[in-house]
Amino acid sequence: MLNALDKHLLETVADLHDIPQGAYNIRKNGEGISRRSTANIEIKPKTDKPGIDIIVRPGTMGESVHIPVILTAEGLKDAVYNTFDIGEGADILVVAGCGIHNPGESETQHNGIHNFIIRKRARLRYVEKHYGQGEGGGQKTLNPTTIIEMEEGAYAEMELVQIRGVDNTKRITKARLHRNAHLLVTERMLTHGEQKAESKILVKLVGEDSSTQIISRSVAQDNSQQLFYPRVAGYNRCRAHVQCDSIIMHQAKVRSVPEIAANHADAQLVHEAAIGKIAGEQLVKLMTLGLSESEAEETILQGFLK
Amino acid sequence: MLEIRNLSLTLEGEKGSVEILEDINLTLQNHKLYVFTGPNGGGKSSLAKVIMGIYRPTGGKIILDGEDITALGVTERSRLGIGYAFQQPPRFKGLKVRELIQIAAGNKPIEGCSCLADVGLCPEDYLDRDVDASLSGGELKRIEIATLLARNLKVAIYDEPEAGIDLWSFSRLRETFQELHNKYDTTLVLISHQERILSLADEIVLIAGGTIREQGSRDDMWPVIMDKSCGGRKICPGAGDENVECFR
Ligand SMILES: Nc1ncnc2c1ncn2[C@@H]1O[C@H](COP(=O)(O)OP(=O)(O)OP(=O)(O)O)[C@@H](O)[C@H]1O
Ligand SMILES: [Mg+2]
Repeated sequence: MLNALDKHLLETVADLHDIPQGAYNIRKNGEGISRRSTANIEIKPKTDKPGIDIIVRPGTMGESVHIPVILTAEGLKDAVYNTFDIGEGADILVVAGCGIHNPGESETQHNGIHNFIIRKRARLRYVEKHYGQGEGGGQKTLNPTTIIEMEEGAYAEMELVQIRGVDNTKRITKARLHRNAHLLVTERMLTHGEQKAESKILVKLVGEDSSTQIISRSVAQDNSQQLFYPRVAGYNRCRAHVQCDSIIMHQAKVRSVPEIAANHADAQLVHEAAIGKIAGEQLVKLMTLGLSESEAEETILQGFLK
Repeated sequence: MLEIRNLSLTLEGEKGSVEILEDINLTLQNHKLYVFTGPNGGGKSSLAKVIMGIYRPTGGKIILDGEDITALGVTERSRLGIGYAFQQPPRFKGLKVRELIQIAAGNKPIEGCSCLADVGLCPEDYLDRDVDASLSGGELKRIEIATLLARNLKVAIYDEPEAGIDLWSFSRLRETFQELHNKYDTTLVLISHQERILSLADEIVLIAGGTIREQGSRDDMWPVIMDKSCGGRKICPGAGDENVECFR
């Protein structure tokens, strides 16, 4: 059922070598091709639009859900709506991710809209990797939208990674945090060639003692362009730290526009943003340890994006 | 053996070119420990960087075991067995201590490596830390030294290894240098202002104003160095300059 190309894409975006353990749903070229629910995690297709509902029972501990998407045909426009309901006190890992292999000349596009409700005291780790490849000149476009509602005491780590080969991306991430909820977003992006990437993040801290940390690191190479809008708004006693770091190379362009907005006297919001070349002395240091200049560069970039 | 012949270095500064090193002649033998000392801005780090290939000399030659390496770059010199521990080591976002030491050690496994313990750091606590702003100055400096200890070198240059290092780690570090010197054939160069480092030297090289002012065995050099009633007229960069009066 899965051919070698499918397996390569799955491995790249979801670290999967074969059909995963636990609950999963694999979507290929616009259709669900394989799915499994478990006693605690139910996956069912939506009836009104493409996509699935993933319902995690309260108290489910240490289980995982894999929902990778692969596209291997040209000219496809795939849109999918997934809704996650993570029950009270559950603690789970969700691995999403999309790999496109576009063999032809016309654009292949995937728009994934993910809605999360993370119930009281539930914990979620969410990993999403995006990757594109293909011989033809066809554009590979990925537009993920992630909307997160976090109830009291919920905790989530979102790891959003775009590795290589995605020509266009518009990423939107929105979250609303209630009392004592905590959200950590780490974003990693590498663009090259003529690629364009845009990421908008908006976190609203509405509950008392809610907090968020947004760590965005990116590398822009060749003629690629990146645009970041990380925003946090505090409406209560809350804390936020936004950190955007970009390494710029060649003729690339990077714009970073962080915004923090406090609507409460006890909101403590901090942002830092930096864009710069690889520091010359870092290169030299690694070269004094025997690496060539290009090996040194590769090592620095890999570490930075890890 | 490393030979430096008629070496000079001019760098482009903001106000035009500056002469940093002038006509340096120096032979560094295997299995000897040298300490380079001298006033701030005298040219010690610059000389080390020229040896490492970080700065290209304007004139002169550098010869390692008979081979002229003047035209070689940093990577090639490193692969020939020259190492330099920075006075101010850079930090890396996302690179772990383990990874840095592994790069230094090449294909040797770093498990049995005592290089962190030798600078007074517990490997368990430090191997998985990032070499970034979260390390204190002294920790970073000790990791920098460890990257050199992890290697088999012909010429190892440590630039002010004592800087920022606490008393306890300093004693340990001093023993480490002593041991290295006893065990290996490496040419050791320590750039230092510290008496307890100077006392390790077989030879002391006094560098000031971009030249070697004096050089000799520790015993011969000790009185010259320890005479602190002034910076030493001989090495006073202002000597001969009418604006500087010497009361010696
Ligand atoms: N890249 C550079 N550009 C311009 N001037 C430089 C550069 N590097 C060094 N210099 C100058 O060369 C001189 C020697 O500097 P160097 O760093 O070698 O001194 P040092 O002996 O190591 O001093 P310290 O004891 O303070 O470490 C100084 O006047 C310094 O300002
Ligand atoms: Mg110096």
